[in-house]
Amino acid sequence: MAIFNLNVNGKKQQVDVDPATPMLCVLRDHLNLVGTKYGCGIAQCGACTIHLGNTAVRSCQLPVLSVGDQAITTIEGLSEKGDHPVQKAWLGHDVSQCGYCQAGQIMTAAALLKSKPHPGDADIETAMNGNICRCATYVRIKAAIRTAAGS
Amino acid sequence: MSSIKTSYSRRSFLKATALAGGGMILSFSWLAGCNPTPEEVLTLPKEWFELNSYIKIGENGVVTLMAPNPEFGQNVKTSLPMMLAEELDVDWKNVIVEQADFFPQHFERQFTGGSTAMNRAWKPLRTAGATARQMLINAAAQSWNVPVKEITTESGVLYHKSSGKKAGYGEMASTAAKLPVPKDVSLKKVADFKVIGKSKKNVEGLNIVMGKPLFTLDYKQPGMLIAMIAHPPAFGLKVKSVDDAAARAMPGIKDVFTVKTLADDYERNGFDTTSFTELVVVVGNTTWEVMNAKKALKIEWEKISDSTIVVSGFGGKQTVKIPGGLESTERHKTMMAETAKKTGKVLRKDGDPEGAFKKAAKVIERTYTAPFLAHNAMEPHNCFAHVTADKAEIYAPIQAPEFIMQTLTARLRMPKEKIQIKLARMGGGFGQRAYGHHLVEAAVISQKLNAPVKLVYSREDDMTYGIYRPTYTVTYKAALDENNNLTAYQLKAGGIPESPLGFSQNRFPAGAVDNYLAEEWKLDSNITIGAFRAPRSNFLGGAEQSFMDEVAELAGKDPIAFRLELLERARRKPVGKDNDYDADRYAGVLKLVKEKSNWNGANKGVHRGVAAYFCHQTYVAEVIELAMKDNKPVVEKVYAAVDCGVVVNPDAAANMGEGAIVDGIGNALYGEMTFHDGVPQKNNFDTYRMIRHSEAPKSIEVHFVKNEKDPTGLGEPLFPPIFGAVANALYKATGKRFYEQPFGKQLQSTPLM
Repeated sequence: MAIFNLNVNGKKQQVDVDPATPMLCVLRDHLNLVGTKYGCGIAQCGACTIHLGNTAVRSCQLPVLSVGDQAITTIEGLSEKGDHPVQKAWLGHDVSQCGYCQAGQIMTAAALLKSKPHPGDADIETAMNGNICRCATYVRIKAAIRTAAGS
Repeated sequence: MSSIKTSYSRRSFLKATALAGGGMILSFSWLAGCNPTPEEVLTLPKEWFELNSYIKIGENGVVTLMAPNPEFGQNVKTSLPMMLAEELDVDWKNVIVEQADFFPQHFERQFTGGSTAMNRAWKPLRTAGATARQMLINAAAQSWNVPVKEITTESGVLYHKSSGKKAGYGEMASTAAKLPVPKDVSLKKVADFKVIGKSKKNVEGLNIVMGKPLFTLDYKQPGMLIAMIAHPPAFGLKVKSVDDAAARAMPGIKDVFTVKTLADDYERNGFDTTSFTELVVVVGNTTWEVMNAKKALKIEWEKISDSTIVVSGFGGKQTVKIPGGLESTERHKTMMAETAKKTGKVLRKDGDPEGAFKKAAKVIERTYTAPFLAHNAMEPHNCFAHVTADKAEIYAPIQAPEFIMQTLTARLRMPKEKIQIKLARMGGGFGQRAYGHHLVEAAVISQKLNAPVKLVYSREDDMTYGIYRPTYTVTYKAALDENNNLTAYQLKAGGIPESPLGFSQNRFPAGAVDNYLAEEWKLDSNITIGAFRAPRSNFLGGAEQSFMDEVAELAGKDPIAFRLELLERARRKPVGKDNDYDADRYAGVLKLVKEKSNWNGANKGVHRGVAAYFCHQTYVAEVIELAMKDNKPVVEKVYAAVDCGVVVNPDAAANMGEGAIVDGIGNALYGEMTFHDGVPQKNNFDTYRMIRHSEAPKSIEVHFVKNEKDPTGLGEPLFPPIFGAVANALYKATGKRFYEQPFGKQLQSTPLM
């Protein structure tokens, strides 16, 4: 066990955990930020996507040890009231079915738009291909990203 | 207005002595479509008056509608309360929707599956809304001392026009709640609907995009422990011995033990399918610690011997054989091919198929196969349970709580009154969560520990657990006469361990051909199976529609025209009895998809395939347009035409249809679970191929036939035909027919034309 001082959603957080613990477990079990989801544990489904700095990363493969003082943003920190342009676009297109994967989808989409404010369809597909939606809402997700990019 | 007796569903109207719910994390704290602002929270009523199990009205006029059915993404939490709101006559934006707990004494049918929610709720829920409205009217008539029939309502307000009196529902709620339940109420005409038929956003939309805790996996309670299981790595194995010394010594670990979840002689009900009744359990403080300790377990496994279980359910009590042995996909394929040559059990026979085939000008015979499939809901199996000496509290992602209740009562030795099941939003279901073994496992573990426990499966535990879509095969044979009329049609279908036929021998084209034969067979297996989006139809729909395409081609006819010709035959002079479809509605969706896809128009440089199917009471026709790029299909567009009667929530209905289409394309091209010596050969998404963003269609249009028929479901019916449409379009693209799912494997070795 070791103490880590983390910067999560703009707040300083201290946890005492095994250094190999993935950020996914730190967020969900220790910081009670359960919006980030467990889907596969091997960075293949994208349900656990968070931002490390401005980059979308799979938190299930991110040991807490490697985070240091880099800023972490989770779905809970994307906006206070759910009014980030990507979240608004998701609501506008009424994207969600079961909703389990959507936090990860939104975090990947938000990072894409930060690095590329006006992505083409191929950019969207490349960025989003790591995020599985088992309900298969892909058509609406892509439409929502295009809307968010235009807003 | 249609008059309806309320008595047939009286059990829905029992007055609750205490308000149900409260919820562990699902409370009534949000208005439909938005999170409550601090001002709105202040406007929450001081007191609720329950008019029936589904409807509570506050003294300030705020209305709570109960969503009775478990939600797994099909949007019943929004669409079912819309039915209540319609007949109650309230403004949707002033409504709070609350998820009901499992409470069969109060709610009509708390089951999610079989695309039945809309149809089964249609009358009871509208009646519940209309009954509450009538009680409010009766209360106003009594208070104002005016005749009942002079009172009108509009958006939550009662009016007596001639005296100018008016009152909000909240003002009359306390009086109304004390009145007798009316025996007869009137339901609105479809043309008068104000809520139904107008798209309403998902009531949990904002909570989902904000990452709020909606799922069991997100649920926590003080003192709660985390449990994970180790189940046998192969079907046909069981626990022999466990060395848990290393695991026990690991940080954060509380206990390691083996549990028996069901007694060997327990008589099952068909929905308590349990792949492995003996499990090794690791319990600790946090998920990461338990995951690590699980890896340190040293378990020896041994082979099971032949056994039987007794299952009572559909069609009475049956003894099911569970063979010992370690099964492999290659062996399955050989056994299926051999068995398919033998005579099957005849399910339907019209005319003289044998004679007709002898006289035929042309005969075509084709065999189709499909593999086992894993559900792979995004939220892996999990369940919270807190079982004490007095009661069991369970919070679960479960499609069919009623079916697991008897198993819980038997296993916990507790009457059902002491077992409370709360219904969590599910991170997908697709049939997988109709089977409640995870509830039993969590409850047994909690009972042993006498502590609140959350049981969590890893993705690997989930994907290798079983309850798969079975592997199937079907051989179709058709005869054409010299004028290219279909004179005989037969199918022989089988699978491991069930046949895909069973319920569908009376489906099209039965009734449209003079000589018809349907046979089935099955082979035993120790691999467990269960419902998977459109069970059985998910294979037969696609296979039949691929075959139909090939028969039309042999007859030299356009595939849509050929189907319409057969449906016209079935309409004018149906052959045989019990034909399970309405030929007009079937033809209706084909005509609509033909129009919307501009089927007879100029080719746009894409390869097209069409398919139509009727299952789960809904008619669907689909046209897919695809192009090939580097031997991979790029789906440009899908058109769907759907007849599901009244469309309750149109945009959400389209969303459901789009999902089913994309899911179907994914499974047709990539879906597959295989076995070697009993071991599932895929255990996570690195090997189990799921459809991804770049493979989804560029666009989908879902068109609904407009009529006033009672609504039917949409979760499943758009799924089966797309398999056929994909195969038929791939034939146009490659010149090769696709008989073996998943098609993607063959595409890799198929040169482009």
